[in-house]
Amino acid sequence: MSNGTTVTKKGHFPWKHVVGFISSIVLTLVALWIAFYSAFSVRTIVILIFSLAFIQAALQLLMFMHMAESSNGRIQVGHILFSAFVAIVVAVGSYWVMEFGIHLEHHM
Amino acid sequence: MEREDFPGEETPLEYQTETGEYNIFGFWMFLGAEIVLFSTLFGTYFVLIYRTASSIPPTEVFSMGLVLVMTFTLLTSSFTSGLAIHEMRLGNVTRMLIWIGITLVLGLGFLGMEIYEFVEYASEGATLATSAYWSSFFLLLGTHGLHVAMGVAWFIIILIQIKMRGLTPATANKTFIASLYWHFLDVIWIFIFTGVYLLRLVIA
Repeated sequence: MSNGTTVTKKGHFPWKHVVGFISSIVLTLVALWIAFYSAFSVRTIVILIFSLAFIQAALQLLMFMHMAESSNGRIQVGHILFSAFVAIVVAVGSYWVMEFGIHLEHHM
Repeated sequence: MEREDFPGEETPLEYQTETGEYNIFGFWMFLGAEIVLFSTLFGTYFVLIYRTASSIPPTEVFSMGLVLVMTFTLLTSSFTSGLAIHEMRLGNVTRMLIWIGITLVLGLGFLGMEIYEFVEYASEGATLATSAYWSSFFLLLGTHGLHVAMGVAWFIIILIQIKMRGLTPATANKTFIASLYWHFLDVIWIFIFTGVYLLRLVIA
């Protein structure tokens, strides 16, 4: 897998960075549009904008940070995925434990 | 020297020594811990998202225009620090220094806007002590802002070191790690933009 990511050759245009940058801007604008102008339900909007955030984070890790290059690439990718898993458990788990069934009267 | 990990390419300077390679690997381990650290702050924010204690609600304070400009400033700075590493790998030290300089200016611009934003919110009655919601807001945003400030200081120190010692495997390694840190700050900001600003305005 680490062999699959090529490093830009000498003199080459930094395509990876430019593609990563443009897609980041587009993803941000799409999230903004979905949040303010789309007709989806609140639940759908929340799911969509968080999905876009995760896609953009993955793009940055691969396009800008060269996460998968070098001989440790595979371990690095595995480690970040594991950290992301722990992070989601902490953030979403806290919300789930503290909100549901305890203060339901406060929101929709 | 050419290795299988970098097909068709010499091993970049920052990976050439064993120490350098371990430094980068170790920094990824650190970033994993940072992800979890920020997740605790996000968790706190999500739990307290409705606890404004009849103080001023975020929907009346948030100015999306400023937040968007901040977002694009940080996003662009992530791009320019990536270009700095690109130039470093091509051996163009001057261009690399210019891109780092631009990254620094954008980073300082972001910090300036964030300070302006906090002062503005405080003048409208939203401070760290206003309510549980605002405490968690300023704690999360403040921790990120502190990281940005440290990133700026880090890049300045590295610029001085490159000026003194030139581009060596050691300084290249430090520059690469600092750029990883800078990209990471942008990744965290994506989630602040989505989870703090967009989310709070959507569920309002």
